[in-house]
Amino acid sequence: MSAVLTLVDVLRDPRVWRGTADAVALATEPTGHALLDAALPGQGWPQHALSEILIPIDGIGELGLIVPTLARLTQAEKVVVLVAPPYVAYPLAWAAQGVVMRHLHFIDATGRDALWAAEQCLRSGACAAVVCWPLKADDRALRRLQVAAETGHALGFAYRPSSTAGNPSPAATRVQLTVHESETRLCVVKCRGGRVPTTTLTVRSRRRA
Amino acid sequence: MLWACILLPQLSLDDVVRRSIDPAAPLVIAEGPSQRRVVRHANGPAQRAGLRRGQPVAAARALLPEFRCIAYDPDKETQLRLILAGWAYGYSSMISLRESDAILVEIGASLTLFGPWPQLERRLRAELAELGITHRIAVAPTALGACVLAATQDGMAVMQAGPFNNALTQVFLESALLFPADVVALKAMGLRRLRDVFRLPRAGLAKRFSPELLDHLDRMRGEAADPLPLHHPAAHFSARMEFDHAIESSETLLFPLRRLLGDFSAYLHGRDSGVQQFDLVLEHDDLAPTIISIGLQSPQRQASVLFEICRLKVQNTSVPAAIRALGIRARDLPAFVPDAVDLFDDRAGGQLSWPQLADRLRARLGPDSVYQLTATEDPRPERAWQRTVFNKRNDALPVDGTRPTWLFRTPLPLHGVPQHILAGPERIESGWWSGGDVRRDYYVIETRLGQRAWAFQSGGEGSLWMLHGWFA
Repeated sequence: MSAVLTLVDVLRDPRVWRGTADAVALATEPTGHALLDAALPGQGWPQHALSEILIPIDGIGELGLIVPTLARLTQAEKVVVLVAPPYVAYPLAWAAQGVVMRHLHFIDATGRDALWAAEQCLRSGACAAVVCWPLKADDRALRRLQVAAETGHALGFAYRPSSTAGNPSPAATRVQLTVHESETRLCVVKCRGGRVPTTTLTVRSRRRA
Repeated sequence: MLWACILLPQLSLDDVVRRSIDPAAPLVIAEGPSQRRVVRHANGPAQRAGLRRGQPVAAARALLPEFRCIAYDPDKETQLRLILAGWAYGYSSMISLRESDAILVEIGASLTLFGPWPQLERRLRAELAELGITHRIAVAPTALGACVLAATQDGMAVMQAGPFNNALTQVFLESALLFPADVVALKAMGLRRLRDVFRLPRAGLAKRFSPELLDHLDRMRGEAADPLPLHHPAAHFSARMEFDHAIESSETLLFPLRRLLGDFSAYLHGRDSGVQQFDLVLEHDDLAPTIISIGLQSPQRQASVLFEICRLKVQNTSVPAAIRALGIRARDLPAFVPDAVDLFDDRAGGQLSWPQLADRLRARLGPDSVYQLTATEDPRPERAWQRTVFNKRNDALPVDGTRPTWLFRTPLPLHGVPQHILAGPERIESGWWSGGDVRRDYYVIETRLGQRAWAFQSGGEGSLWMLHGWFA
């Protein structure tokens, strides 16, 4: 009862949570967007983890979030895989944004096969980044993807509908896109390793081609 | 020259044991006419019951009523010996199959590459054990000497002439691979070991015995040349495994498949080549065999990689009937180039390279499921891209920043009119010569929901709007 504890000992106890704990060195990949980098802990997409991008509809600038990262990885001659993309990637446009098509691979699959393929790619260690569109993924499937990304040291991106924003997700980072009068805004729903920023970013401003 | 003799004392038994699911059951390889069949080989459990070589099978049944009895099949033995010769070819370019129950390997030149003999011996033994082959190994300066020593004592290695001669003198005449008639005659003269024969005056021996005996002794001691026919592994691989029971499930097939692919991999290592295209042949009783063709993105030879791909492929194949035998056929064995691995590559051990991963994906999803996209010169959006398989060529691609990142496979009608027109029109008119006539005015538009789309009107102003892509 009368044991004297020094403050240092108390603070060393792992159960004591310190609000301004030493910044955890998060391994990240810069997103290529200065504002988004600033909003995410570690200034970028977390490496070896799954990031979810929640979108209400297609065509609102959702690919623009990751294309700079994919461009940088393919320029470094690393393998990037799109598993079951919803549309055809127009090579002219992707190349114009700096993606080296020679290092971009596509996989045709549906349903469970698509999830299997995404998991295989993430886990293999052969891919630097894997992008997938899991339509009917439950919590367990997403956890498998997250674990596979950790195992294979890959960057995983999953595009999912905004309607799933309320469901819990094992992804390390979740960002949600919304459209307001032809302006696309982004808010971070979850980010591992830091507090969720309250600011909303403008991803695409109105009516400018 | 230094010859290693890898003696295979019970190859036909090994061949059966390697395929059997239950190695603890007593097993006998029998030979001879059906009325007077004798035991050729008995496995451990059968030997413990008292079964011996040369015993009539009827007598063996009296000792042990229940055992599997398989007829000796020289063809199967030869097939396995050829696979092993292919494996041994990885250690030396001088391989001989002259002795019917051994593989002779010239290792004098190999020691500089593979290290001293004890190290090489450990490696050979480990790989033979992995392949499930019972063996005895000896090394001597002559091929015949190595065979004699291997038959006498396993693991004997004499490299110099002095110890080699000493070792030979100790050998009993029965083990010296002489003609049986000569052995009988020599023993009748009161001789028991090779030492006694070596002491005899040569002229006297020549008078009493055939020239073959002297020649044999000379070749054994290295005093006469011993030209050996050298074996070169075949340019294609084919192996087959029959089952005692018809196999109904793909799970049961995996054990023999792993074994067969292990042999294949050993053979490929021996030839220092890989395989890109091969067939798995599943044989049935009455139907034509099911052939599963396996094509890989790049030549591979690792047993685990080949097995993983075959497993996925077999599990995805429906087979019309139970499987009686399994075979591998590979015609084209290209050179194997190991994946270049970066010194600072942070890939964890045991992980795949992209070609290996792509092969695995194709095995389950289909051969066309993994692809790349390249641009073409055609201005029509439907034909501006094409699917290609992985290639390493570095083509400069055309670039056009005004095109959308996502393109629809077929244009979709837009309900209503665009909220805003952001750019356009751009006239794309082409294809009149090939029938795929296109004449469209493309615009960058914004929909009511705030999506940015690539849309066109093909009938001039006022006609229906079609969406063709997203600026996503």
